Amino acid sequence: MWGYYFQNLLNSFPFFLKGLWMTFLVSLVSLIMGTVLGFLAGIARSSRIKPLKYVFSVYVDFMRGTPFLVQLFIIFFILPDLGIQLEAFQAAVISLTIYAGAYICEIVSSGIDAVPEGQREAAVAFGLNRFQQLRYVIIPQAMRTILPPLVGQYVLLVKDSSVISVIGVTDVTRVGWLTVQRIPEGMMVFGLVGILYFVVCYPLIRVANRLEQMMTHDRVRL
Amino acid sequence: MLEYFNFRVVLQYLPMFLKGFLATGWISIISLAGATCLGILACLCRLSRFRLLSSPAVVYIEIIRSTPLLAQLYFFYFGLPSLGIRLTEIQTGILALSLNSGAYIAEIVRAGVQAIPLGQVEAGIAFGLSLVQRLRYIILPQALGITIPPLLGQAIVLVKDSALLSLISVFELTRAGQILTSDRFMPTEGFFTTALFYLILYYLLKLMANWWQRRLIFRELY
Repeated sequence: MWGYYFQNLLNSFPFFLKGLWMTFLVSLVSLIMGTVLGFLAGIARSSRIKPLKYVFSVYVDFMRGTPFLVQLFIIFFILPDLGIQLEAFQAAVISLTIYAGAYICEIVSSGIDAVPEGQREAAVAFGLNRFQQLRYVIIPQAMRTILPPLVGQYVLLVKDSSVISVIGVTDVTRVGWLTVQRIPEGMMVFGLVGILYFVVCYPLIRVANRLEQMMTHDRVRL
Repeated sequence: MLEYFNFRVVLQYLPMFLKGFLATGWISIISLAGATCLGILACLCRLSRFRLLSSPAVVYIEIIRSTPLLAQLYFFYFGLPSLGIRLTEIQTGILALSLNSGAYIAEIVRAGVQAIPLGQVEAGIAFGLSLVQRLRYIILPQALGITIPPLLGQAIVLVKDSALLSLISVFELTRAGQILTSDRFMPTEGFFTTALFYLILYYLLKLMANWWQRRLIFRELY
C-alpha cells in the first residue's frame, strides 16, 4: 500500500512545485512591500514627532499581539463588508505585508535607536538636511544592526505564508492538504511539504546566522 | 466602522469567548511547560560533546525551525492515525505546539548558557562538582535568569500560534470568533473581539517580560 501511495505522490509532484511557486510568489511580493512599509514606519517611529511615534507603536503592538490567522480573517472577511472586494491572493499579500511590516518596523526602529546620538549631531553640524542625515549617516550604520534580524524575519514570513492556505490560496500547504484527501498517508504528504519548505527556509536561516557572525566580528574589530 | 459594531451580540456571545479565552490559556500553559522541558533537554543534548546526542538535537532544531507550524500540525493530525496512534485534536495540537516551541526554546536557552563565562564552569569542575551538580547549581540558575525575557517572548508567540489549532477544530479563542461569524454572519464583531482577547494576553506577558528585564538590570547594577 505504501509503495502505491508513494507512486501516487510522485505523480502529483508537479502540483507541489506549483504550490511552491505560489508560496514563493506570495512571500516575495509581500516581502518587498513589507520591507518598504517597515522601513518607512520604522523611520517614522524613531523620529521625534510624538504623534507618529504613538501611531506606529500602536500599529506594531496590535500586529504583534494578535495571531496572523485572526488578522487574515479580519482583512479577508471584513474589507468586503466595507465595499472592498478582494481575491484570496490579494488579501493574502495585503495581510502578510501589513504583518511583516510591523515586525520590520520594530527591527528598523531599534536599529536606528542603536546609532549613537553623536552621529546625528555630527550630521547636523555638517549641514545635512533630514533626508541626507538618514541617507548618508544613520541608515548605513543602522543597517549593521538591522540586517541579521531582517533576514530572520524573511524566514518567518515564508513560514507564516503557510497560513494563507486557509483562505484558499493554493500554496504548498494547501496542495498538501488537498493531496492528503486522496492519499491518506499524512506523514508522507506533509513530510514532502516540510521538505519543500526546508529547501527554501534553511539556506535563508544560514544566511541570517552568517550575517549575524559577520556583523558581530566587525564590531569587535572596530 | 463603530456605528456598525453590534455590542449586544458580542455581549451575548461573551460566555463563549471567555470559555475560548480559558481554553487558549490552558492549552498555551501546558504546551509552554512541555516546550520548556523539551527545549532544555534539546539544548543540553546539543551542547553535549557526544555526537550521538548532539546531532539528533541539531536535526530536530533545524527541521522545526525551517518548516511552518501549520505543516507540522497537519503532519501530526493527518499522519499519526496511519501509525495507529489515536489522539484527540487537543492532544495533537498540544503535541505539535510543544515540539515547535521546544526547538525555539532550545536556541534561547543555548544563548543563555553560552553567555555564562567558561571560568564559572571550570570553577565548578575544580570544586569537584558532578555534571548534574554543575547544571543544577551553576549553569541553569544563571542561564534561566537571562533566559526569562526571551522565554516570555516565545510564550507570546506560542499563544498566537495556538490560534492555528482552530483549523483542526479545537475549540479556543479563534474558533469562538469563527463560530460567532458563522452563526450571525458578523465577522467584524467576531474577529475584533477575538483580537481583543489576544491583546489582553499579549500585554500581560509583555508586562511580565518588562518587569523581569528591569529586575535583571537592577540586579546587575547592585
